[in-house]
Amino acid sequence: MQALLDVYKIRQDFPILNRKLNDGKRLVYLDNAATTQKPKEVIDSISRYYSEYNSNIHRAVYQIAEEATQEYENTREKIRKFINARYPEEIIFTRNTTESINLVAYTWGNSNIKKGNKVILTEYEHHSNIVPWQTLCHNKGAKVKYLEVDDDGYISLEDLEVLISQKGGGKTKMIALSEMSNVLGTIFPAREIIKLAHEKEIPVLLDGAQSVPHMKTDVQQTDCDFLAFSAHKMLGPTGVGVLYVKKEILEDMKPFILGGDMIKEVHKENTIFNDLPYRFEGGTPNIADVIGFSAAIDYLNRIGMENVREHEHKMTTYLLDKIQNIKSTTIYGPKNAKDRGGLVSFNMEGIHPHDCATILNDYGVAIRSGHHCAQVLMEKLDIVASSRASIYIYNTNEEIDILIEALNHARRIFDI
Amino acid sequence: MSEDIYREMILDHYRNPRNKGKIEEPDIRINDSNPLCGDEISIDLKVEDEIIKDIKFDGRGCAISQASASMLTEMVSNKPLTTIKEITKDDILENIGLTNLGPARIKCALLSLKVLKLGMVKYYVDKDPSSADEMKDQSKVF
Repeated sequence: MQALLDVYKIRQDFPILNRKLNDGKRLVYLDNAATTQKPKEVIDSISRYYSEYNSNIHRAVYQIAEEATQEYENTREKIRKFINARYPEEIIFTRNTTESINLVAYTWGNSNIKKGNKVILTEYEHHSNIVPWQTLCHNKGAKVKYLEVDDDGYISLEDLEVLISQKGGGKTKMIALSEMSNVLGTIFPAREIIKLAHEKEIPVLLDGAQSVPHMKTDVQQTDCDFLAFSAHKMLGPTGVGVLYVKKEILEDMKPFILGGDMIKEVHKENTIFNDLPYRFEGGTPNIADVIGFSAAIDYLNRIGMENVREHEHKMTTYLLDKIQNIKSTTIYGPKNAKDRGGLVSFNMEGIHPHDCATILNDYGVAIRSGHHCAQVLMEKLDIVASSRASIYIYNTNEEIDILIEALNHARRIFDI
Repeated sequence: MSEDIYREMILDHYRNPRNKGKIEEPDIRINDSNPLCGDEISIDLKVEDEIIKDIKFDGRGCAISQASASMLTEMVSNKPLTTIKEITKDDILENIGLTNLGPARIKCALLSLKVLKLGMVKYYVDKDPSSADEMKDQSKVF
């Protein structure tokens, strides 16, 4: 592991960063919370699968199918290690974080959440961690309760405790929350929250879509019961998500997608389901992209997740400082970079985020504008949208300077 | 370049929107939002003898959606309600002077027209429920 991450060397691994846009400008990609770019070795590994050993996995006995099966299962093992799970069968491949959470809601949730029960979420959740629970609770006659987020983007454990033990509110059966907010940037104290929940025998699902790509993840240390995340937000391809579930919970869970590959035996009247984790991977999976994800994990391991976090912390400090100095700008979330991941959401008075993003595009700067699939939080903040700049391992302070120049240009156009 | 988009006319309508607000007891009140960005537009209409006697819009959103709504209210004020049927996507883009908007931003420019057409359809269907089938395509903007 190198002591510090060498951004300029890293940049050479990402073909897209050499791309010139329509007017000859260089791409300044600051929308990493939406999806990250892919290094050449990820792109190559997908291409290698299709050109050298493309075949369906798990059943065929010929050479290339065995190679494909091995690469696919190697990825599972790599992910186990990456998040420090105990067993590879605790790792289930899905399409994305959303599907991972849906899997839990549809199977575990459907079996365990009953009329009058309660599911606790937070106000900063992404829609993918609200809608499945809301729908489940609606169908079951259960309730969704939201843990409040304060003006600085923090939550309080005392509030959580009150919410759990609220009289007449029903028994809390699940706490589902993001480890890092995709709007506020806040990193939440997963371990403390889970400790509190477990004292009351409540399982916890962590939405790791924003946290797993940016910091060291250890499911044994946080002791989460479920963890969902996506490959494409951590250098990997789109179309691959991961769901980690503690083995003892997974063993009792009913399957989700029914059909091929998830069975052991099928007869006219009955079916015997496959072992873990295959029981939860019905149909031909996204083999190529799972294999591509393997290359992404290798890449991140080589850099070291501590270095990823350190780089983002430094850059976030710089980004926060620069944006804070722009007049009439509101920043959402913690003021202190150490409590944040690598993203900053903001609004400039008098300029709608969409207009802001359109003007930034002139500079080749790609940021996100909108509600970031977090409308419950938008309502809380009393805004319809915000702009969000989010960074990753290949971003530089020079790129932040271009962002700032572009933001100042937007202010000139709107005369504020 | 964005200087071509954010010209004085758009910025003027954005900062000083015409016909902004609500009508008390409107004949038509309708709203819609753009799910991608959360732009919201609601439109109130007062109709007399099939003529748009008063029109007001309200909403939150980007300069393009809000300026476009403001200009649209001027476009149809005191015109027959059926005029709304005739207005096309290109009419709006020409009216606001933005004929080369990208696919994402075009939705911002056309949100108010979509809402207005929905309002017109609702008005006629409320009056004559049997016209629902005939009217259902009238609210399409794209």
